[in-house]
This record gives sequence, structure tokens and C-alpha cells, in this order.
Amino acid sequence: MGSQKLIYLDNNSTTPCDPRAVEAMLPFFYQTPGNAASRNHPFGWQAEEAVDYAREQIGNLLAVDSKEIIFTSGATEADNLGIKGVFEMYSRKGNHIITLKTEHKAVLDACKKVEKMGGEVTYLDVKRDGLVDLAALEAAITDKTVLISIMWANNETGVIQPMKEIGELCEKHGVLFMSDATQVVGKIKTHPKELGIHLMAFTAHKMYGPKGVGALFVNRKNPRVKVTSQIDGGGHERGMRSGTLNVPGIVGFGKAAEIAMQEMDDDAARLSVLRDKLENAFKDTLEEVYVNGNVEHRMPHVTNISFKHVEGEGLMMTFNQTIAVSSGSACTSASLEPSYVLIALGLGDDLAHSSLRFSLGKFTTEEEIDQTIAMISKGVNHMRDLSPIWEMFKEGVDLDAVEWSEH
Amino acid sequence: MAYSEKLIEHFNHPKNVGTLDKSKNTVGTGLVGAPECGDVMRLQIEVDEESGMIKDAKFKTFGCGSAIASSSLATEWLKGKSIDEALTIDNMAIVEELALPPVKIHCSVLAEDAIKSAIADYKSKNA
Repeated sequence: MGSQKLIYLDNNSTTPCDPRAVEAMLPFFYQTPGNAASRNHPFGWQAEEAVDYAREQIGNLLAVDSKEIIFTSGATEADNLGIKGVFEMYSRKGNHIITLKTEHKAVLDACKKVEKMGGEVTYLDVKRDGLVDLAALEAAITDKTVLISIMWANNETGVIQPMKEIGELCEKHGVLFMSDATQVVGKIKTHPKELGIHLMAFTAHKMYGPKGVGALFVNRKNPRVKVTSQIDGGGHERGMRSGTLNVPGIVGFGKAAEIAMQEMDDDAARLSVLRDKLENAFKDTLEEVYVNGNVEHRMPHVTNISFKHVEGEGLMMTFNQTIAVSSGSACTSASLEPSYVLIALGLGDDLAHSSLRFSLGKFTTEEEIDQTIAMISKGVNHMRDLSPIWEMFKEGVDLDAVEWSEH
Repeated sequence: MAYSEKLIEHFNHPKNVGTLDKSKNTVGTGLVGAPECGDVMRLQIEVDEESGMIKDAKFKTFGCGSAIASSSLATEWLKGKSIDEALTIDNMAIVEELALPPVKIHCSVLAEDAIKSAIADYKSKNA
């Protein structure tokens, strides 16, 4: 690695921890080491107080009662608790769950497990822009449906679903509404109660807090929602999630929530300008550039771009000593399958292989964006010079008519 | 995934990138892979009519770093070989030379296929 400063544009994978959150956490490793469940000495009381305060900070960010926050180890656990927990708790009412094909694996794999447990799951297609088809969603609801789980914004494309409309459908049909809000909490306004969301999973490390701590919001009143615990042993978190609380992590999570409440609007405004600058620079200076997913309903800091006739991982190798992004290409994953999210949007495999996801963060600077534009444009041109299909495309060959030798 | 220095060198400075005139009888062209699979290799050889030796080889590849490096290496190895010698190039030799990780072995297989396909094209033109 050279002396050049690394540029981090992979904030949808994880964000750096805000130094102010780190600062808040530090005393809870050594000076204040108590277990929040120790009720009989000051160490325990201090820890409990710190956890309660963090719960308030997070509750304030979501405009919910702090008692409605159930701490977990992260969003994956929160998704599992919400889906399996509702399935088990409401088994007398029904066994059917509806979700989207573009959900995160934490939701999809939890749903797969529910199917093994005897449940039925409908995985809905999305429209070409990544948005849910509300008519199809309503049509999928049966008298056995207990839960609709739809992510607030997609991790790969940043596309934001119509939460209010989905909430209204759930209300109309008496179905619980859960959302994996991992990519939105702390980035844009997320008030679940205004939208009829009953359960919401999120995590600290996507909002400038520490890794290893997340939460599930569980609505307590009108309706009172309960989930069957998935981890047992002591009955912490109102019996929904046992286990000693990660006090330093929770304190950092709370601090991150407080900072987000103050700064997220300004961050979002600034990042959307930088994101647009990046996106427009590619569209203006390179041919055959496609932005994936709906651009009207989209997170301000994300863009997913296909550079046609260039393979994503190869492209990344031209700059990944300096710039960190992620690709929908097969080659970056062990599975050799390109992104299932982009495929669900109706992109051909070739465009999915050609995609890069840029996710900016609050520490991204304009200088970094300028450098990224220059380096990646150069990389795309380099890869196109190497690409036989780019050459064929420029010669006017109809690539769809070529008989490729599949392998 | 950490790649070997040789692989990175072939990726950053690929050898023999380009296009030969495929209409010439002395040129054999192999086009293997598919855009849907994320790899397309076009490998070309030009055979010296008198000596029967491969005097030039060119490639263009759409694919990951391993695919590009594998085809770049293949063109280097092809030059100066006879057709029969060229046919003995084995994908495992490419795997070894570039230290390809297991998940990238298919890139070397594709390079071997491209060599065989280019030779077959040359032979069919000169049968």
C-alpha cells in the first residue's frame, strides 16, 4: 500500500465509529465495569443507568418510548428475532409471512428457517426500479398472513420503499409490519410509529457507532406486539432477548443516535450533492453508464452504477489499493453468482457483473470524490481497452446475437 | 483476497493486448466465455507460414483480474511455440504460475479453452 490516503466509499458495509461515540464508550470498559443486570451494588446501578440513557437517546431518534428498544448483537440478530419471534408468538393466528426478493440475507435466511419450521413465505418480485408493487403486495395477503417484512432502504441500491403506503396496507388487513431499517436509521428521519411500523431492526455500526450492537424496536401499545425470544437465559430485555448487555457498545450506540439526531439532516444534504457530482461525472464523461434502481426514492449517500462491458471485480482491481467500494459482480463473492438484488431489478447478468456500489459517509470529502472520479474513469477506460465485448460493441456487433460459449 | 505479485503485474501491465486481422489465413481466433458469466476471452495467434511457429499472440478479455492475467500469461507462453507445443499448455500450469486461488481456477480453464479454440480456428482455415 502506498502512502496515499485511502478513500472509503463503502459506508453501507460499515461506517467508521465517530470519535465522540468512542469517547463515550471508553469509561465503560474499565472505570465503570458493571453488569447492567447487577441490581445490588453501585457498579450495576451505573451500568444500568448508562444503558437507560442510551435507550433514551435511541428512543428520541426514533420518536418511540425507550422501553420499545430491545438491544441485540446487531441487525442480523434483530431481523432474526423479529421474523422468527413473530412467527412463533403468533402461530395461532397464522403462519404466513410476506417479504421481498431484494431483502438482506438476514431477512431472507430467517424466512427460509421459518419455512423449515412449517411456515409459508411469499417472496415478492420488485419493479424494475426496485420498488415494491403495492397491488401485488396486497394481493399476496391471506387470512394466514401474520407479518409483512419490507426493508426501508436497500443496501445495494439505496432505494427507499413506500413505507407509509405499506403501513396503511398492513393496518387495513390487520397484519404486523416489520422493517429492516439498517441502512436508514441515523441517516434520514425514521419515526416508525408515524408509518405504522410495528417492528424495526437496525444496528449501531451503520450509523457511526460500534460493531456488535443493534436493536429491534417492538411496538408496545396499539397494538401491543410481542416476540418469542430466540436466545434464552435470564430474561433480559423484557424477556425478549437474554444475555448480559454490551454496556460500552450500547453507550456508543446511544451517543451515535444523539449525534445523528443533530447532524443527519446536514450530512444528508451535503452527501447528496457529492453523490450527484460523482454520478453525473461518470454519466457525462463515460459512455454506457447506467444508474441502477429508482433515483427519486433513494438514500442521499448511495449510488449503484453499471459500467457496461466492464467486469466489476476487474475494474475494482484498477483502484482498490486506494478506493474502497463494493461490486455486484460474481467474482467478489464465493458463490460466483452476481448480485441477486440487481438481478431482481431485471438487470441482465452482464450489467450486474458490471456494477459498483458507492456509499458515501459523513467523513467523505469533496476532494475524495474528485479523486474517485478521476481514478475510476481511468480504470473504466483501461478495462474497456482490454475488453473484447467493448470492441465488438464499438464495431456495431449485436452482442445479443453472438453465440457465446457458456462455461 | 490477496493476489500474487505476478498476477498483479500481468493485470496492471498486460502483455500483448490487441487485435489481429482475423480474416487472414495465418491468424486463428478463439472467443470463449459469455458476458452473463462475467468472463469473455478473445485470444488470437498468428502462425509463421514457413516455420509453423506462433510468431504473434494477442488477447482482449472482459473479466476479473485473474481472467485478464491468465490470458496475458497465455499469450506470452504461446509466442515462439509450435502448434503442437501450444496444445500442451495446461490450465494447471497457469494456476501455478499466477498462484490463482481455488475460486479463480475457472479463469485458467477459460484461458486453456481460448488457446485450444484459437488453434482449432487456425487449423480449420488451413486444413
